[in-house]
Amino acid sequence: MTAVEERTGAAAPEKEIGKARRRKEDARLITGRTTWTDNMVLPGMLHLAVVRSPVAHARISNVDVSAAREAPGVVAVFTGRDLAEEQGSLPCAWPVTPDMVNPGHPSIAVDQVNHVGEAVAVIVARSKAAAQDAVELADIDYEPLPVVLDMEEAVKDGADLVHDHLESNTSYHFVFDAGEAGTGGDTEQAFSGADVVVSRRFVQQRLIPAFMEPRSVVVQPQGDNYTMWSATQIPHILRVMAAMVTGIPEHKLRVIAPDVGGGFGGKLQVNPEEILCLLIARRLGKPVKWTETRSESLMTAHHGRDQVQFVDIAADREGNILGLRVRLLADMGAYLRLITPGVPALGAFMYPGIYKFPAYRFECDGVFTNKVPTDAYRGAGRPEATFAIERIMDELAVELGMDPLELRRKNWIDAAEFPFTTVAGLAYDSGDYEAATQQALQLLGYDELREEQRRRRESGDPVQLGIGISTFTEMCGLAPSRVLGSLAFGAGGWEHASIRMLPTGKVEVVTGSTPHGQGHETAWSQLVADSLGVPFEDVEVLHGDTAISSRGLDTYGSRSLVVGGSAVVRAADKVIAKARKIAAHLLEASEDDLEFADGKFSVRGTPGTGLGIQEIALAIFAAHDYPEGIEPSIDADATFDPENFSFPHGTHLCAMEVDTETGFVKIRKYASVDDVGTIVNPLIVEGQVHGGLAQGIAQALYEEAIYDADGNLTTGTFVDYLVPSAADLPHFDTGNTVHAAPGNPIGAKGVGEAGCIASTPAVVNAALDAVRHLGVTDIRMPLTPERVWRAIHQGGDGGDRAAARSNAQAVDSSDAPSTSGGAL
Amino acid sequence: MIPAPFAYARPTTVEEALQAIADCGEDVKVLAGGQSLIPVMRLRLAAPETVVDLGKVAGLRGVRDDGDAIVIGAMTTHSDVLADPLVAEHAPLIAEATGTVADRQVRHRGTFGGALVHADPAGDLPAVALALDAEFVVAGQSGRRTVPAGEFFVDYLTTAVGEGELLVEVRVPKYTGWSMRYEKFNRVAQAWSIVAVAAAVRREDGRIAEARVGLTNMGPTPLRARQVEEALAGAEATAEAVAAAAERAAEGTDPTSDLNAQADYRQHLAKVLTRRAVSTAAGL
Ligand SMILES: Cc1cc2nc3c(=O)[nH]c(=O)nc-3n(C[C@H](O)[C@H](O)[C@H](O)COP(=O)(O)OP(=O)(O)OC[C@H]3O[C@@H](n4cnc5c(N)ncnc54)[C@H](O)[C@@H]3O)c2cc1C
Repeated sequence: MTAVEERTGAAAPEKEIGKARRRKEDARLITGRTTWTDNMVLPGMLHLAVVRSPVAHARISNVDVSAAREAPGVVAVFTGRDLAEEQGSLPCAWPVTPDMVNPGHPSIAVDQVNHVGEAVAVIVARSKAAAQDAVELADIDYEPLPVVLDMEEAVKDGADLVHDHLESNTSYHFVFDAGEAGTGGDTEQAFSGADVVVSRRFVQQRLIPAFMEPRSVVVQPQGDNYTMWSATQIPHILRVMAAMVTGIPEHKLRVIAPDVGGGFGGKLQVNPEEILCLLIARRLGKPVKWTETRSESLMTAHHGRDQVQFVDIAADREGNILGLRVRLLADMGAYLRLITPGVPALGAFMYPGIYKFPAYRFECDGVFTNKVPTDAYRGAGRPEATFAIERIMDELAVELGMDPLELRRKNWIDAAEFPFTTVAGLAYDSGDYEAATQQALQLLGYDELREEQRRRRESGDPVQLGIGISTFTEMCGLAPSRVLGSLAFGAGGWEHASIRMLPTGKVEVVTGSTPHGQGHETAWSQLVADSLGVPFEDVEVLHGDTAISSRGLDTYGSRSLVVGGSAVVRAADKVIAKARKIAAHLLEASEDDLEFADGKFSVRGTPGTGLGIQEIALAIFAAHDYPEGIEPSIDADATFDPENFSFPHGTHLCAMEVDTETGFVKIRKYASVDDVGTIVNPLIVEGQVHGGLAQGIAQALYEEAIYDADGNLTTGTFVDYLVPSAADLPHFDTGNTVHAAPGNPIGAKGVGEAGCIASTPAVVNAALDAVRHLGVTDIRMPLTPERVWRAIHQGGDGGDRAAARSNAQAVDSSDAPSTSGGAL
Repeated sequence: MIPAPFAYARPTTVEEALQAIADCGEDVKVLAGGQSLIPVMRLRLAAPETVVDLGKVAGLRGVRDDGDAIVIGAMTTHSDVLADPLVAEHAPLIAEATGTVADRQVRHRGTFGGALVHADPAGDLPAVALALDAEFVVAGQSGRRTVPAGEFFVDYLTTAVGEGELLVEVRVPKYTGWSMRYEKFNRVAQAWSIVAVAAAVRREDGRIAEARVGLTNMGPTPLRARQVEEALAGAEATAEAVAAAAERAAEGTDPTSDLNAQADYRQHLAKVLTRRAVSTAAGL
């Protein structure tokens, strides 16, 4: 890590971009002495607690909340019936096909519940404790309906229905066919002519985003105006959507995302409770607060992944790939939330990965089940795609008896071929897969580890070693608005920024890209410090309040620096352009003779002359002396709409030890080399990579949201939903190659998801590489010790008890009340 | 989450505590470190009318030397146990197992006595206490009684501590000249045991003179692997002998199936972990 350096004397300031600045926001975030939504206290504020369905699928036959209404401290109780007329439907912004079926999503159930944890009544009380106490007094009768949990069952003819007013459990059927799109050849033909076809079924288990700060909402009514504070990633989108759902006019609704403690996509949502808080604040005319418990969060905040992937790859004997066919079942859960159907569709274009497939076809069914809806989770569709391609490449290598790295090298896009239009129609911008791979091999110490692997195999060591390879690329920098339009997404993908030059020369940057832990304040300050030539410390970054930052599309999909940062740079360019006119006037020179460097305008060839942009800020504030015909301001704003995605890429290598006696897997070494374009702050980049790796490894080894046969979430606390800590993870050897993105003024490609996307298949490939010679063909994620052990001892994928279902579902729920580890 | 309302008493002596429990009728819960009780109260799986907090009962804290045994007060925190020189010298198995409990925060609050009375089958200390033949001193209004480890763990989450009684201290014989090992198997660092094995071995002239083996999470209560102990007694201290004895570790066990492991896998783990624990303890 580079030490944080002080600016010295009058020497030309060091460039901020590239400096490993510590994040200026961290002190307040880490100590919690900040504006977390739950820290808000307003006079007369009431507290909400939600009564939730204990059953997965039932008709509500009777609701009796009279006892709850009488409870001490309770001000009101609302049932679904009470709010039915005004609650509308939670929005789904991504109808991926014209005939997609959307059953509508009430914020509070009226006649029927469709997943455990769905809201059925809301208690309003003077204290949080009083509200919680009254929850138990609500008496609700449920008439059970058959519970639909398994997607493969749910799509069969005659299956029980989640929504009985619909014809089936299928929400949509989305197809991308490269042949039909004109971006590739005919897939069937490619397969029929191939020497080798390998087919696999992979399971992307359901995951829980598990952000650190629980969701929290405060709504304050003032006359017919409303201010909502919410722990959200998307205050701007939330404002528009909440206005449309509740009928509160958009200009009467202000949404504030104060400091927000993580999201990982889990707070890219319009939540039922946000709407309920608005409706109830409107009814009562009083401020209200709702903060979830961790149990509520795990049970009711949207989940991620949950797909069954059927993947076929075709190749010739020499290992030239000929075609790729992907068919997905994607679990929507009970309803469609903000971008539920779009997550698998976002992945559709990434299955070909970094490889030159001549033919490609993708099909996906979105399927309803009686579970909490799925939606964005770090990577959203792209980790799933990368897993599938990187796993099937290994399977093909095994089939061909080829080195997995050789097979990849033979088929990936060469550095000289950029920009490269893929079979999915995407124009990859820049990169060098060979260079990244070489660096990763060195970081790992690949040759020595291969040698050790050989020794352990020969000696029959109980601890076997494997090396897993994964490459990745992703479409990042979401997104070109026109492309989103062509995909039927409900909004654009531009971002907005404005720069306000204060009289003392300090700078306020207003960004529409709302952070929730990424470090925007630091990175944006670095960008502006370089552009305007002002000290880093003189820049303040404002965000997250629709009254301050009026235009924005928020933070997700590694878009912030690429799109939001670019808007900031463009706004700074405009500030300089405006200041130039004033500088010319004050320096009595022609604009053309001025040069701007290190924050100063000077007249070319006249040393000693010069006027700082911070001085101009004061001059134009006074406005005593400025040119005719221009406005007395150098403030500016800019909206940046990218023309293409950016495509970060990388090679990740994992060395894995497998204890064949117990099935325990342990990462011995992990090396990743990512090309995320220009690096504005290496410390932030490394932090993003580390966090991403932790989450990607967690999918491979630890995390799974498991429902029992009745649709109860068995992994309802952190005792059973295993989020790893630093103690469980290896040291990460990280590196970078840098190929600037040509599509934005910074050259950044996006780093938020990289680690999470590439690590999962690297880890699984490593474990399989360690034990394939023992007859193992596959192991379902997460690679629990039991699954690994069964696979080793039984061969194949370990048989039904290891693979077909999760361990928990293999015994019936009466057998497994909960994990006995920590029966509290 | 927020627990249901409850009354709260904070006695400063064992006598006061027993009185407070007696005064409060049936629906009373004793609070030690709260690391198990508070979560179930917050989840509203338990809603006692009164909570009697032992936190201020100074007499229940600490470890003392008592001739041929050491005595660990029920309210001694896990972190105090870990730092205690008497434990390190005479019963290092306890320290080793305690070091695997949860994380620093939990160890700082959770107590030795609380963990034993709670008697979670996946908890790490019950099998250790059982393997070491600890004795439990239980106090009631009518006086004190001593319960041997073999009779202390009655069933799932149930011990010989009756209503109105308190565990005050635990006597652990000094194991001079023994060596010990706790083999814990779990998926992430701060988690409970899927299976664990506590082993203590006394070697004499290249043989294993005596061995004690306790099993964690192989049934509703901690278990002694008596067949293994018998097979080891007098056996040669070789890898083969230990492996053969360890093969018998799962005999007579009926472990549960849950999210982490099905019963047959637990039985397999018990054998592997027993072999490893005994081998390490025997210096093999
Ligand atoms: C995140 C987490 C991870 C954990 N991981 C592990 C682990 O890996 N291994 C492990 O062994 N444990 C683990 N624990 C449990 C931990 O060891 C607890 O400290 C222990 O189980 C209970 O001790 P306590 O002092 O907190 O008891 P409390 O929670 O206060 O009490 C537990 C029960 O014992 C009763 N009780 C307590 N003291 C007495 C007494 N003197 N007399 C009579 N009754 C009494 C209480 O009434 C209550 O019913 C974990 C806990 C947490 C929160």
